[in-house]
Amino acid sequence: MNADVHWTAWGVFALFFVLVTVLGFVASRWKAADLTQLHEWGLGGRRFGTLITWFLLGGDLYTAYTVIAVPALVFTVGAYGFFAMPYTIIAYPFVFAVMPRLWNVCHRNHYLTTADFVEGRYGSHWLALAVALTGVLATMPYIALQLVGMQVVFEAMGFGGMRQGAEIALIVAFAILALYTYTSGLRAPAMIAFVKDIMIYIFVIAALVIIPAQLGGFGAIFAAAGEAFQAKPATPPTGLLLQPSQVTAFASLALGSAFALFLYPHAATGTLAASSANVVRRNAILLPTYSVALGLIALLGYMAIAAHVSVKGNAVVPALIMQSFPEWFAGFCYAAIALGALVPAAIMSIGAANLVTRNIWRPYVNARMNPAQESNIAKITSLLVKVGALAFVVFLPLEFAINLQLLGGIWMLQTFPAVVFGLFTRWFRPLPLLAGWATGMTLGTTLSWLQGVKPVYAVPGVGLLYIGLIALVANIVVAAIGTVIADALKAARAADATKPGDFADASVTR
Amino acid sequence: MRRFLPLLLLVPYVALLWVPFYNTREPVVWGFPFFYWYMLLWVPISSVLVFIVHRGSGHER
Repeated sequence: MNADVHWTAWGVFALFFVLVTVLGFVASRWKAADLTQLHEWGLGGRRFGTLITWFLLGGDLYTAYTVIAVPALVFTVGAYGFFAMPYTIIAYPFVFAVMPRLWNVCHRNHYLTTADFVEGRYGSHWLALAVALTGVLATMPYIALQLVGMQVVFEAMGFGGMRQGAEIALIVAFAILALYTYTSGLRAPAMIAFVKDIMIYIFVIAALVIIPAQLGGFGAIFAAAGEAFQAKPATPPTGLLLQPSQVTAFASLALGSAFALFLYPHAATGTLAASSANVVRRNAILLPTYSVALGLIALLGYMAIAAHVSVKGNAVVPALIMQSFPEWFAGFCYAAIALGALVPAAIMSIGAANLVTRNIWRPYVNARMNPAQESNIAKITSLLVKVGALAFVVFLPLEFAINLQLLGGIWMLQTFPAVVFGLFTRWFRPLPLLAGWATGMTLGTTLSWLQGVKPVYAVPGVGLLYIGLIALVANIVVAAIGTVIADALKAARAADATKPGDFADASVTR
Repeated sequence: MRRFLPLLLLVPYVALLWVPFYNTREPVVWGFPFFYWYMLLWVPISSVLVFIVHRGSGHER
């Protein structure tokens, strides 16, 4: 750990952190409403317009861990790390086609979670439980990784050799986060996202202008990175372009991740908090702005190579920042990254809390909660989820959270048939969908585990493919076969609580 | 014609998932190899395509 303390950086950092903390508590009065109602606490009363939703979802999806880990991957392997680009571009045509239907049906039927929708659509609280458990399970390590993003920033600013420094700072930051999420619900991250996203954009623009000027332009940066990769051994493959063996892995990772993105509870929560289906559509058009920022952030990996930073892994970006900027501005960038951890961590814990309350607690523990009790359970769950994530980071090796998050993406994708197909057709039956989910979960986890938790698997005759997609295919096949068999046996179907018109916009009659 | 407009949503998938098409160095623009600026360029193109589909759908009135 760094022995010296960067006091100026700490000072600027603390200033922004205090500002945001105040905002977090003030947020409870914003668009004032009764926060003892779960849809007010956990969905901001579904009142967020286009701009707020843009900031909220942008702050939610492009996280601190992204800012740290994507350039770190690019620094190590090169072009392959850029799969995040196609991934976050092709996600939005999908969002445009699918998520407005989800918004409409959830709004019409007062659903707060994707699992609520699944339960109403198929009349099966078991299938809803599967969707809810998957969401909670995938979210926990994701929150933990946000903490990791914060931790590397703290370490870069230094503690004068104090051994537990980063952990103490982390616990303090998290206690603050937990308190304002508890009091303000989704309004807190929505308000903080404004500040955080603007700061991230300032950081990216400054990095783009200042660092290439110091390093002799983008041509020189790419050349330096290319040379560094050529000096590396042939395996594992690296380079400025994809090696032939990486092509199918790159494309299938992009596709699978794009499909999984909006199934995550934090993305669904941000979407359902929008004030109309058109707000969701407009955001499918506007959110890619963040993908430009992401692409430029990924380039920081090459800049770090050209700047000869002396560290590796997650420390690369903080080191590049400290090396390239005056210390006060480094503090500003670190604050942007740390706030970039708080926003998604808050939304993730709220999304998980909504799932636990509505799809685990209500059907299996207490079916007769009044709204105030419901919102209390959610608030307490959001605390527990965060404490759990903190414990992850403090007590378990970093590898554990990274591996679980990777598996989390594979798991999340297995809720695709129940949720996304369900928005368009009711042909699939709930039990076969559950069987498909179980198949996909088992197959995906096993394939990944057998190779020491890797995201891709070598399919004979095709090449490396994203395991999440392989498992999804098996999942769909099982669900389809099961449905055909049940139909042939003329088994009874449970009632559908949704109506065909629920999926369309209210004002449009076509 | 309007019925087929949503098919535009598929274009980014073809453009970005057919990786061999853009996994090349030339032409270099502003120091950026093709692989990189091609992907960056597809962000606005994809947005415009979704915008066109949205306009044509009649949801915005």
